[in-house]
Amino acid sequence: MAKLNGDALGKIDEIVARHRNQAGPCIEMLHEVQNELGYIPFEAMEKIAEATGTSVAEVYGVVMFYSQFTTEPKGKHVINVCLGTACYVKGAQQLVDRVEKMTGAAVNKTSADGLFSLDATRCLGACGLAPVCIIDGKVYGNALMGNSFTNELRKIILAERGAKA
Amino acid sequence: MAEVHIKINNQFVTAEEGDTILEAANKSGIQIPTLCYLKNVIRSGACRVCLVEVKGARALLSACTTPVSEGMEVWTNSERAIRGRKTTVELIMSNHNKNCLSCKRNTNCELQRLCAELGIRQNRFEGEHTPPTFEDASWGIVRDTSKCVLCERCIGTCQNVQGIGILGLQNRGFKTICGPIYNGSFNDVNCMQCGQCVIACPVGALTEKEEIHEVIEAINDPDKVVICQTAPAVRASLGEEFGMPIGSLVTGKMVAALKRCGFDRVYDTNFGADLTIMEEGTELLKRVTEGGTLPMFTSCSPGWVRYIEYEYPELLPHLSSAKSPHMMFGAICKTYWAEKHNVDPSKIFVVSIMPCIAKKSEARKPELHTGEYQDVDAVLTTREAGRLIKMYGMDDLDALEDEAFDQDLLGEYTGAGVIFGATGGVMEAALRTVKQKLDGKPLERVDFMECRGMAGVKEAQIDLNGTKIWIAITSSMTCAKPLLEDVRAGISKYTFIEVMGCPGGCINGGGQSIVSARKKHGRIGYTYKDRRMKALYDEDRFKQKRVSMDNSQIQQLYDEFLGEPGSEIAEKLLHTTYSPKQKFHLVGMEE
Repeated sequence: MAKLNGDALGKIDEIVARHRNQAGPCIEMLHEVQNELGYIPFEAMEKIAEATGTSVAEVYGVVMFYSQFTTEPKGKHVINVCLGTACYVKGAQQLVDRVEKMTGAAVNKTSADGLFSLDATRCLGACGLAPVCIIDGKVYGNALMGNSFTNELRKIILAERGAKA
Repeated sequence: MAEVHIKINNQFVTAEEGDTILEAANKSGIQIPTLCYLKNVIRSGACRVCLVEVKGARALLSACTTPVSEGMEVWTNSERAIRGRKTTVELIMSNHNKNCLSCKRNTNCELQRLCAELGIRQNRFEGEHTPPTFEDASWGIVRDTSKCVLCERCIGTCQNVQGIGILGLQNRGFKTICGPIYNGSFNDVNCMQCGQCVIACPVGALTEKEEIHEVIEAINDPDKVVICQTAPAVRASLGEEFGMPIGSLVTGKMVAALKRCGFDRVYDTNFGADLTIMEEGTELLKRVTEGGTLPMFTSCSPGWVRYIEYEYPELLPHLSSAKSPHMMFGAICKTYWAEKHNVDPSKIFVVSIMPCIAKKSEARKPELHTGEYQDVDAVLTTREAGRLIKMYGMDDLDALEDEAFDQDLLGEYTGAGVIFGATGGVMEAALRTVKQKLDGKPLERVDFMECRGMAGVKEAQIDLNGTKIWIAITSSMTCAKPLLEDVRAGISKYTFIEVMGCPGGCINGGGQSIVSARKKHGRIGYTYKDRRMKALYDEDRFKQKRVSMDNSQIQQLYDEFLGEPGSEIAEKLLHTTYSPKQKFHLVGMEE
């Protein structure tokens, strides 16, 4: 866990300042920090604890309680593969394996070069399109059929890592 | 407060509005078993052991969180209530490692007691266990979550008594565990190592790190001279480890037992306390007359020293540079005593028996080494001392004849040293010496009653040779915090402030005998601190010498070795420095 750069710290300060007088601000702050930075760094928990008059341990408890929050930095590109029942039946596991192989990121981990994170998610509510994947917020249905999802992923990998990938 | 009339077990009970069922029951002498509840600290309602049946309520209710209402009818021991309570305890047990035989809390565990009382005879729910964490990286505290019952007492204590809050629950549901952030060690966070969480824990999930085996090894090493010193507060609590009533003063019996354990010398840390007063008192006078940083804080409590290093590093110049009494004693043992007895200091092994967990890490603090070795080699808590004595076959402390501390060179102590163990004691001891020194004649009034009692903050104005100064005494960090904020803001009126890390001072230290929640909530209630305190003031009252500067062996020590308080050699051996500490040490953060 390297020290955060000034930009990120500035953003955290701005988020904390904006919510500090709201009722129940802790979760709001955590959501925004995660949206901005992709994860909850230790510094954010420290600042939120100070602003809300609680202990870091308590804020950390909130972060660990909700599975949507993560304390580990995410890769530049985040790929979510739905492992809900319908997607699973329609072969989501194959998709997970394929993404793992292509990006080098293990499930719920980030690739060594920090470019890709692979998250297995619960049902995304698009079971009619199973299996469903998301790349950087864009949803791809029927991801095992056709090539749209795989092509898109390959394109990103090529752009990021060059021809050697 | 309006009165509320209720019926508990068909008995009419008058309660106050706002009381819980548990409080109403306790007031009228009806016991309801509890596990997570700790009065004035936490009421999480997490454990569900205090379940009672309430007329008209669909489910059993937890007595510790349900407020009373007019006309309420409660049964604490109905068949349904007892069955519910029993099932609850069986479920708690199902996720507990049940290694009672090898547990430090064996025979004084609150869960064990509940199982015995409820007649639980089998492991009804065998199944998976939460993946446990065992963590013993710090010198003071060991955490074993396989024994944790998630009662949150430790969390409440750290948050509400010390105002720090290093502990919290993490994860969710079955995977929930309790600990410092990132499920790390007490070393990685701003823990003052006071051990209040340890004495709040109902089970063996949080315990002190034992050093008994190192001590036994040293005792059995023919090359080593093993010197034992006991802190004042230990004598007021050690008896409890042997089933004696709270507040039993066992000074002579403790010495007898320790001598039978094979220590070469058994001394009293009070000698070190008297020495501390000489140094600290002189430092105070110097700061007052020469315009040093004021107010000056006492530095005897290593938990408090850790706290200020973490939380108020800018106030470190206010901290007296005097080492704590047992560290001074260790330093003198390995220099003056060694020289006089012609013993190689590297062969001396000093064992401190302390009411304190923070002393364990204090002894290892590099700033506190005078030479190439540690001044104190091992620190045992009161509880460990009890175990050591029992291991040597003495399970009836009361049966031993009183014996006296060894008297050669470091044996004499005054009443001023004894009272170090209670909140206000260091202040009173310092005032006795400072006032007598300034007056130039023996004190007419030795007792400074304004320093005594269990209040969180005490203050008084003292007349020192015509100069009036304000002093303050506080213990526990929630009580100290407002005083510290004033000092930081530069508006503090005080000249001298005594701060102790644990509420009530060392008599209630994290290393003392554990008083179960049931005792605390019962007849003895929270007077257990007063009882221990009284034991110390009783010993002080009957001492012939009650002012540190009257201690003739201290005078001899200065005459033959140290010169005068604050001399160059005294500075080297008896004083230390402090440095700000980084609050969190997380993996990779130092980059």
